[in-house]
Amino acid sequence: MAHSHESNTKRIWYVFGLLSVITIVEVILGIAKPESLYMSNLFQMNLLNWIFIILTVVKAYYIMWAFMHLEGEKSSLRWSIVAPLVFLIIYLVFILLIEGNYIFEVFRDAQYKWIF
Amino acid sequence: MAATVTTTATTGKTWGGGNEPMGASYGKMMMWFFIVSDALTFSGFLAAYGFSRFKFIETWPIADEVFNHFPFLHGVDAPMYYVALMTFILIFSSVTMVLAVDAGHHMKKTKVAVYMLLTIVGGFIFLGSQAWEWKNFIKGEYGAIETKGGAILQFVDTSGNRVKLADFAAHLPTNQVQKKKSNGIWFQDGATLPTYTVEEVVEGFKANPNLLVRTEFLTDKKQKTILTRDQSIKRLAEAHYVVEGANLIRNEYGHKLFANFFFFITGFHGFHVFSGVMINILIFLNVILGTYEKRRSYEMVEKVGLYWHFVDLVWVFVFTFFYLV
Repeated sequence: MAHSHESNTKRIWYVFGLLSVITIVEVILGIAKPESLYMSNLFQMNLLNWIFIILTVVKAYYIMWAFMHLEGEKSSLRWSIVAPLVFLIIYLVFILLIEGNYIFEVFRDAQYKWIF
Repeated sequence: MAATVTTTATTGKTWGGGNEPMGASYGKMMMWFFIVSDALTFSGFLAAYGFSRFKFIETWPIADEVFNHFPFLHGVDAPMYYVALMTFILIFSSVTMVLAVDAGHHMKKTKVAVYMLLTIVGGFIFLGSQAWEWKNFIKGEYGAIETKGGAILQFVDTSGNRVKLADFAAHLPTNQVQKKKSNGIWFQDGATLPTYTVEEVVEGFKANPNLLVRTEFLTDKKQKTILTRDQSIKRLAEAHYVVEGANLIRNEYGHKLFANFFFFITGFHGFHVFSGVMINILIFLNVILGTYEKRRSYEMVEKVGLYWHFVDLVWVFVFTFFYLV
């Protein structure tokens, strides 16, 4: 296999730098909590949270592609790993969050008082 | 890895072994599919956390207020720095792991061993950090009151700063005794008594006119609601239990599920890190003994590396959903 004999050291350090920068950006945003992002609302969540989630997925991509070396594997293996994960996780999160939000509304609007 | 290449010459003996679907060896592919299933397990946990959080979105604790400790900085409000440091430690140990795999491809035994050792050290530092984080979480800092309905009431001064129970609780004569097996023949077991009784906290509150009660509810500004003095005293009439720190039944930070998810998810992840370190040690010993040198292949390092990166990957998500979002 061709990929296994060339050295990837440079790429590894590049990815490490990238992951560090993303983490630092996340922490700075998390501490500063800019008003314009934190108080906004897009699909039940503020923009700051959307940014965090997107940055996390970017980090996950780099860890899987560079560190776990998916970029060097055959595309059939790549798909058999990524496709079930992406589909099942999006599906699960979608139904659970919608349901959670629904129960929240029931608790809030119903005649019963749940937290005394 | 000459034997790993599938060519047309092998099609005649498809069932004879040595066949490699998707260009990955048996061990590597199985490690990948184990990781897929484990990733789905963690996704289930995190999605359940999201479910509970959406369900109690108005009353969920604010992570920044809970995880704000940093070693040697007592009483300093340092949200997130410590977990950010933990994240760096884990990402860095991932880097040393991938460097070990890279060195393995070049058959450099010493380099593999050194990088593996660094990875193991990083894993232990992470585990230690997590233990410290748990210690702070379990011990708690301020203490709170649980009402009859199960809501948590925290205490603040007029400028909104948190106040510890120890700073204002009155000292009343009490005949409550921590019962032990040694002072009762039929005694089996009972709850640990909190440092203060409910009466002591309520009396102390009444004696300090500059104290207010803070409820779990979030305002429009995403801050916890602070009641007026009159409302506070009224609310304290429902006081039922003194909560200090956190356990699986109740915690001083807010909703009961918050601590349960924290213990379960970070605990499950920590257990993965622990097993990862143990497997790394095994592989490290094998590297030193020259097992892979004799095999002319360091693929075992690559496989255990996959697991180690996966642990890092999970932490990236736990970090986001527990501490950032």
